[in-house]
Amino acid sequence: MSLTVDIEKRLGDFHLRTAFSCGREFLGILGASGCGKSMTLKCIAGIERPDRGTITLDGRVLFDSEKKINLTPQQRRVGYLFQNYALFPGMTVKQNILCGLHGEKDRKKREQRADEMIELLQIRDCAGLLPGALSGGQAQRAALGRILVNGPDLLMLDEPFSALDTHLRLKLQMELKGLLDGYGKGVLMVTHDRDEAFRMCGLLGVMDRGQMLAVRETGALFADPETRTAAVITGCKNIAGARKTGEREVFVPEWNIRLVTGKPVRDGLEAVGIRAHRFHPGETANRFPVRIGREMEEPFEWVSEFRFDGQDPGSAPVWWRYAKENRLPEPPEALGVSPEDILLLYQT
Amino acid sequence: MTDLFPLWNSLRIAAISSVIVFFAGIFAAYYAAKLPRGLKGILDVILTLPLVLPPTVCGYFLLLLFGNRRPLGQFLAQYGIRLVMNWPGGIAAAAVVAFPLMYRTARGAFESFDENLAWSGQTLGLSNTWIFWRVRMRACRQGILAGAVLSFARALGEYGATSMLIGYTPGRTATVSTTVYQLWRTNDERGAFFWVAVNLVISAVVLLAVNLLESREKKTGKRMTN
Repeated sequence: MSLTVDIEKRLGDFHLRTAFSCGREFLGILGASGCGKSMTLKCIAGIERPDRGTITLDGRVLFDSEKKINLTPQQRRVGYLFQNYALFPGMTVKQNILCGLHGEKDRKKREQRADEMIELLQIRDCAGLLPGALSGGQAQRAALGRILVNGPDLLMLDEPFSALDTHLRLKLQMELKGLLDGYGKGVLMVTHDRDEAFRMCGLLGVMDRGQMLAVRETGALFADPETRTAAVITGCKNIAGARKTGEREVFVPEWNIRLVTGKPVRDGLEAVGIRAHRFHPGETANRFPVRIGREMEEPFEWVSEFRFDGQDPGSAPVWWRYAKENRLPEPPEALGVSPEDILLLYQT
Repeated sequence: MTDLFPLWNSLRIAAISSVIVFFAGIFAAYYAAKLPRGLKGILDVILTLPLVLPPTVCGYFLLLLFGNRRPLGQFLAQYGIRLVMNWPGGIAAAAVVAFPLMYRTARGAFESFDENLAWSGQTLGLSNTWIFWRVRMRACRQGILAGAVLSFARALGEYGATSMLIGYTPGRTATVSTTVYQLWRTNDERGAFFWVAVNLVISAVVLLAVNLLESREKKTGKRMTN
C-alpha cells in the first residue's frame, strides 16, 4: 500500500494545500477543527474534488487534474469511517455489514463472511439491532465491520472516537489499535486529540489552516516538534519568541531570561517551547526565581501559573504541571528546566 | 340511491395524479436540493407558485396549454388524448395544484438528510441508484410519505382548476368537490350534504395519517442525531 497525495483546494477564504505520502503504516493527521483534515479525507475518497493536484493509491491514479482523471468514490476502493459512523437506518447491524459485501454474488458466502466479521468484532449480541439501538462502541464496530468486509485498499478514520463517552474512548482505542495492527493495509486517521493521535498513530502529520507540515514519526514529533505550529498542536503550553545568543544559548525577551539548550541552536530560530511538565523545583540548570500565581487542582496533578522575576508584565503567565505527590509545603521560589527539555522552534 | 360516480372519478383522478406528483416532486426536490443558492431560489418560486396562486389561475394556464386550438392540445389530440372537458384533464389540474406540496415536503426531508450516509454508501462501492432508493428514500421515508398523503388529499379536494379545465358533466367529469357546488346551486341540499360528509371523512382520515407520520418522524429524528 502506498498513498501519495498532493492537492490544492480553495473554498472561500479557506485554502487547502496538502502533500504527503505513506505506506502500510498507521498515519495520523492532527489538527484543530476546521483545519482541513476531513476535507483531505473527502478529497482522497472522491467525495470532494480538489482544484488541482494528484492522488495515487498503490500505483492507481485516483485523481489527476492535469490528465483529467477523477475516479468516482465507488471506483476508488477507499474505506471511510465517518465520525457519526453513518450506519444505514432501517437496516440491522448484519444487514449493514452485508451492504459491504454487495460485490460477493454467492449468497451463502456473503452470509458466511458477514458472520465471520461479526464474530471477529464481537458484535454477535447486537447483530439483529437497528442502528438507533446501538451504543457508541457497537455502532463504531458495526461501521468498521461494514468497511472491512468490503476490502478497501486504504482505511480512513475520521475522528473515530469523538462521538464516544470519555471513559469508553481509551478502551476502544486499545481495541481498535489491536485490531488494525495486523490489518496489513494503510490506515489514515484524522483527529484533533493529541493523546489519541499519540496512542494510535505511528506516523503523524500536523495540519494547520489547510496546510500539512511534514509527516514524522510520532514519538520524534512530540519530543521535538521543530515548529511553533507543531508545538502548539502537540500540546506545548509555554511558547515564547526567542533569539540565538550562543551555540547552545538563547534569549527569551518575554520572560527576560537566557536559557541553555541541549541541542545546538541553528539559524532561523523563531521561538522556544517548554512543556508544562518539564519544570522542576530541584533542577539546577536553567534555574530562575519565580512567583507562583493561580493554582488549580486536578485528580492526580496540580496546575500552576507562574511568572519569572523580570518577566514582561504584558506577557502570558507560564504553566507548570506536576504530580500531586511532588507538591511542596511552600510554593517554590525558583524553578529549573533541563536543557534537553528546551524545544527549539524554527521558522517554516 | 345516490350515484357514486363523483367519488370514483375523484379517487381515480387523485390516485393517478398522486403517482405522477410523487415521482415528479421527488425528482424536482432531489435536484433542487443540489443546486446553487441563487438558481435554487428561482426554481423554488416557480415550483411553489401553484400553491399560492388561485387554482382558477392555474386552470387558466392549463387551458392556455392544453386548449383544443393550442399546439400542445392539438398535438395530444392526434393521439386521442383530449384533456379539456374530459376526466383525464382532472389529472392535469390536480397534479399541477398538488405538486408544490409534494415538492416542498420532499425537499425538506432531503435537506435534513445526513449526507454522510450517501457518502459512506459510495465509498463502499454501492451504486448511486441503490443509495438513492435504499438509503436516502428510506431515511426520508416519513417526510416523503407525508408529502404524498398531503398531495393526494389536495388532489382529491381540487376544485378551481378542475372546474376550469373539465367543468361539470354528471357521469363524465363530475368530481366530489364540483358535485357539492352543483348540487347546492340546484337546491339539492341533502345531496350536497352527503358529498360534504364524504369530503369531511376523507380529509379527516388524511390529516390523521399525516399527524401520525409526523410524530413518528420526530421520534426517529431524535435518534438520528449523534
